[in-house]
Amino acid sequence: MTTDADRRTQLRAFLASNFLLSKEEFPHADDASLLGEGVVDSTGVLELILFLEQTFGLQIEDHEATPRNLDSVLRILAFVDGKLGSAGR
Amino acid sequence: MLQVRDFLEANASRTPGKLALVCGEQRLGYAELDARADRVAHALRDRGVQRGDRVVLWGHNGPELVAGIFGVAKASAVFVVANDTSKAAQVDYLVRDCRAKVLVTTARHAADAAAMLDAPGPLVAALIAGRAGAGPVDQRLGDFDAIAARGAAGRPPRDGIDRDLACLVYTSGSTGQPKGVMCAHHQVAFASASILAYLGMGAEDVVLCALPLSFDYGLYQLLMTCRSGGTLVLERSFAYPAECLERIAAERVTGLPGVPTLWALLLGLDLSHFDLSSVRFLTNTAAALPPHHAQRLQQIFPRARIFAMYGLTETKRTLYLPPEHLASRPGSVGFPIPGTEVWIENDAGERLGANQVGELVVRGGHVMSGYWEAPEATAQRFRPGPLPGEHVCRTGDLFQRDEQGFHFFVGRRDDILKCRGEKVAPREVENVLHELTSVREAVVLGEPDPVLGQAIVAVVVRADPGLDAAAVLRHCKQRLEDFKVPSRVEFVAELPKTSTGKVKRNAIVLPPRRT
Repeated sequence: MTTDADRRTQLRAFLASNFLLSKEEFPHADDASLLGEGVVDSTGVLELILFLEQTFGLQIEDHEATPRNLDSVLRILAFVDGKLGSAGR
Repeated sequence: MLQVRDFLEANASRTPGKLALVCGEQRLGYAELDARADRVAHALRDRGVQRGDRVVLWGHNGPELVAGIFGVAKASAVFVVANDTSKAAQVDYLVRDCRAKVLVTTARHAADAAAMLDAPGPLVAALIAGRAGAGPVDQRLGDFDAIAARGAAGRPPRDGIDRDLACLVYTSGSTGQPKGVMCAHHQVAFASASILAYLGMGAEDVVLCALPLSFDYGLYQLLMTCRSGGTLVLERSFAYPAECLERIAAERVTGLPGVPTLWALLLGLDLSHFDLSSVRFLTNTAAALPPHHAQRLQQIFPRARIFAMYGLTETKRTLYLPPEHLASRPGSVGFPIPGTEVWIENDAGERLGANQVGELVVRGGHVMSGYWEAPEATAQRFRPGPLPGEHVCRTGDLFQRDEQGFHFFVGRRDDILKCRGEKVAPREVENVLHELTSVREAVVLGEPDPVLGQAIVAVVVRADPGLDAAAVLRHCKQRLEDFKVPSRVEFVAELPKTSTGKVKRNAIVLPPRRT
């Protein structure tokens, strides 16, 4: 079973390796804006969504792809939590 | 007679309470935006900025950037907007090239601004937006937000005229170093009036702009909306299309400017959740709008008139297709914008007739003043016109027109690529790749991409077999704006060459993309 801590680790590792192309730890705080810090750009958001769908087995609707749900590690984790919860897992 | 400041000041007097700008949660009326820009102008003058001095603005779309642009104009100075994703070395190049006196930027770039001030150079001060709470760290780093909210108020003196420069718009050239296109107030006023006329834009319009204001297409959304007394809904980017689409419904947006990449993203979405019925015009430029996209956009926005356009920074906008011809002339970008003329000529400078391919040449009040301190490049692009003292612009683009005068883009004469609608000089990316000692040779090519237009591909011959694609991309990301970073890196053993050792770009065979 995947715990919240596992998800956080997976997500931060993805952000670091995919967007910063770094082998180091993701350098930003969990509440940092991914757009504001220049971590993701417009095509990056699509990659992020694909990652979340594949990694956590979610279906993210187009209208759910908003900064409210996706613009920081904390927001993504809360969003993923809500999606998995509402899917009855 | 008009200067850029007049666009704002006229409407601040006429309709002070009318909504000028929506950015996220912030909503600014004309009088409030005007007052903020006044305060920025006074702060710039206090720091020694004089008529004709350059001020670089480095930041994302937001109210600070808007107040900054008009503040510089009100100080009778010249604004230069740098892309927020530009790196410190690139902004440093702009600052030095235009000898900017002040840099206006955001907290994210404050350390870079301080470093630029420390190094010997033209900058005397920087203003930092969004540093609230950080306290007075460095006297030279002014608090932009405090200035815009509480600084000295009142109309700054009007000591410039419409022949003065309003802005420099930097654009990629095939040499790899960006050049600043000099745009005088009268040219900006002419171009914006011509575009407003054919779009039929007015005070009732609400334009949503997700294009960066560093891009002249984005900048003119601001200038034209302010000039016509309308409302600009300024988005930071199109990264979250759903948010932009929600905003279209909430603000009853009437105008939506985009580039093919934006339309491709939009057409890939489930749009059934969004009310897009308020949109009455769409504009496309920067790269050709594929006819099948035009058709599908028309279905999604049934009430919208769709304008396919063509232009280059050196003349702002050049051609536009009246929407009623979109279906009957697929792929055409139509006619010269109102008040201007174009012709097509061969290499000998002779004008060509219908259905003949040649270079497009442009004449009119929108032909800009040349490149900043680059007389050779200026002489190549801007040529004396029919009347003494007049200049026409050679676009460097190949066109043909049909018997009815509809123009069709055929191709570029140089090797500039267009990715997400922005110009990318292969040479600039190659120069960055060659900074890596583990790279022996590198060539940058474009490949067709349904969303990006052209995707950037780096073809690299390694000097160090340990070099991997991630390391190459990491280096590019540190040195280049997002849109210039290659989509993929291909390693090859050698590059095809001519007998004189020149790389044969056309002979490079790219391996298929891995998905």
